[in-house]
Amino acid sequence: MIHPPGPMITLERLSKYFAEGSAAVRDVSLTVARGEFLVLIGESGSGKTTTLNMINRLTEPTSGRILIEGRDIRETDPVMLRRQMGFVFQEVGLFPHMTVGENAGITPRLLDWAPGDIDSRVRELLELVKLDVAEVAQRLPAQLSGGQRQRVGLARALAAKPAIMLMDEPFGALDVLIRDDLASDYRGIHDQLGLTTILVTHDMTEAFLLADRVAVMRNGELLQVATPKELVAAPANDFVRAMIEYPRRRAKKLAEAMQIS
Amino acid sequence: MTAALFNAGFANLPDYLGQHVLLSLSAMLLGLAISLPLAVAASRVAWLRGSSLAVASIVQTIPGLALLALFYPVLVIVSGFTTATFGFGFRALGFLPAMLALTLYSILPVLRNTVTGLGGIDPAILRAARATGMTSWQSLTLVELPLAAPIIMAGVRTAAVWVIGTATLSTPVGQTSLGNYIFTGLQTENWGLVLFGCIAAALLAIVIDRLLTLAESGLAERSRWRLWSAFGGIAIVVIASLFPLLGRAQAPVVIGTKSFDEQYILGSLIQTRLSEAGFATQRRDGLGSAVAFHALVNGDIDVYVDYSGTIWANEMKRTDSPGRARVLMQMGVWLEKTYGIRCLGSLGFENAYAVAMRRDRADRLHIVTLADLAAHAPDMTVGGDYEIFARPEWRAVADTYQLHFAHQRQFQSDFMYRAVVGGDVDAITAFSSDGRVAQYDLRLLGDPKGALPPYDAVLLVSAKHARDKKLIASLSTLIGAINLKTMQQANLMVDRDVDKRSPEATSRWLAAQISR
Repeated sequence: MIHPPGPMITLERLSKYFAEGSAAVRDVSLTVARGEFLVLIGESGSGKTTTLNMINRLTEPTSGRILIEGRDIRETDPVMLRRQMGFVFQEVGLFPHMTVGENAGITPRLLDWAPGDIDSRVRELLELVKLDVAEVAQRLPAQLSGGQRQRVGLARALAAKPAIMLMDEPFGALDVLIRDDLASDYRGIHDQLGLTTILVTHDMTEAFLLADRVAVMRNGELLQVATPKELVAAPANDFVRAMIEYPRRRAKKLAEAMQIS
Repeated sequence: MTAALFNAGFANLPDYLGQHVLLSLSAMLLGLAISLPLAVAASRVAWLRGSSLAVASIVQTIPGLALLALFYPVLVIVSGFTTATFGFGFRALGFLPAMLALTLYSILPVLRNTVTGLGGIDPAILRAARATGMTSWQSLTLVELPLAAPIIMAGVRTAAVWVIGTATLSTPVGQTSLGNYIFTGLQTENWGLVLFGCIAAALLAIVIDRLLTLAESGLAERSRWRLWSAFGGIAIVVIASLFPLLGRAQAPVVIGTKSFDEQYILGSLIQTRLSEAGFATQRRDGLGSAVAFHALVNGDIDVYVDYSGTIWANEMKRTDSPGRARVLMQMGVWLEKTYGIRCLGSLGFENAYAVAMRRDRADRLHIVTLADLAAHAPDMTVGGDYEIFARPEWRAVADTYQLHFAHQRQFQSDFMYRAVVGGDVDAITAFSSDGRVAQYDLRLLGDPKGALPPYDAVLLVSAKHARDKKLIASLSTLIGAINLKTMQQANLMVDRDVDKRSPEATSRWLAAQISR
């Protein structure tokens, strides 16, 4: 496939003020390359989720603009825009009255795919996220474990073959082992399908493990965008240094503990 | 006795039940057509949510009987307007006012539950619906309504039970329902018939409630089988009860009655006469006094018995009293000229409003006429039926004799007589043809100044049938045929506590008296 040159996603001087005047996002500019895995990190209230929501128009910016492959997203109907992007979030939000198969196939259904095509796509998706099709396809979400549910959430987001995946703390509610499993499975899928991913988290370890580049936000402002290595080598300020200090300290203690035993 | 009662009950059941179900179903369907879209709109628009729930709650506080009654004058006005503007009117009595009032009643439970159900959906699910690319409509139909469905169905169930229960109150506005048993039974003190009506309405409500509960659990458990059996059951109940209505003859002659025993007896007598003459007939029982007259004007009923003084004072707004014959004649001319209504003449007796007291009490106080009563009235309580104190005749009496009582109380007529006998009230506004005046040894007070007009029982026929020779001929045999004593005897047969007879049986006795 030949792609047009230039970044996949461009944020230009993006700001979001709420009605009472407080700023959620302030003057954020950022580009994400095609196939890149960008992790947006910050404390709660840093504006990272608001930024993510603006990319598929769940939230409209107060000023600034967003380009996808050079085109302003305001030119696209928000409903159509969302059908072209995958979205995964912490609470998963599976539709409790639909089976796993129906959940996974919802966006193709909204796009009026033929029923046969939806069936085969659902099968393919469930295999991709490592679920046993025969076992789970007819079940309701309530009958699944937390990890299985988020795999279905992932399948649902990938269903209509989006080029862009937006993920809002997708693994945050899961047990540690399941979370690592799922995270590394997803990184594999990202590479395999050539996706462009923006993932929001507050966990620097997760950011370092997954990201091609990390964008650090605080109080609605973008502090630094860099590869994990650059970030460690040259943190832009004390806050960024403090943030990367934490996983480093943890890794050091872990190494010591391992040596003793 | 019990067997006879239940036979009488079951004989009317196909008609009453069918009408009751048709009325309730229509009101529910119209109610849902209003409340569901309103609730969806309210769940998305905050100000609409508050205001629509507030209005629906206020409607719910209006007593059922009053709400039903209010629709009658409203529809008369609307019908008058459409007749003047578009050249067509509609029947303001019967099905329409009853259905509209019940429709309003059905709105609140569905509205409230739908708003609650839609408002209670996990925000994460709503976010997911948007994020997967659903339009607002798709989110509503694919996600929100299915998830809220069990709660909505619970609201539908509540509404259905309310509507079926309240529909029994539609009898006084002229809509046949299972309430006909209750109102007729109440008037004739036939408590068995009241009970029969209550049980029939309760059974219907219980069956529908169980079926809707099944539908609700079908929605909650996502069991298609349960859902379909529930709706199948409801369809069977509806079709089975509507079936008898389909076979009914077209355009029957509608006989109206007001809500007291004499009217039921005469209604039954008229019905028998018309049936014998080959007319299909239908009854509209228990109408309010003014409602009955306007129903005749509008052609909602075709035949009924009224009393000359009632029309003289209430419709013609006359305050003079030129004597029986002149009142009768002038009234006949006025009715014909104003409404095209035909007055066939007097049945032969008067049923006048007259103030009555216990004879022993009246003797002790030396009260013979209304003029004597005036001196004692400020220390007394007077009992009346539901309408007398609002009628011009009462104002005329009060003004003429300066009659001002300390208290006024209103009763259903049976209880009114008991109240004066038991001493709860000092005087009552009795009816001169009532057998209980003699039974309880009451004194009817004289009216020396002629404040009250004469009240000849007159047979009135609607404009539509005014030239129907066959109908007029079959009813003319009743004119001048019943004297006061015979009517008092007939009324007493229904009113007395021992050896009571039904109005139907009494009308047969009366028919035999006439032909003698």
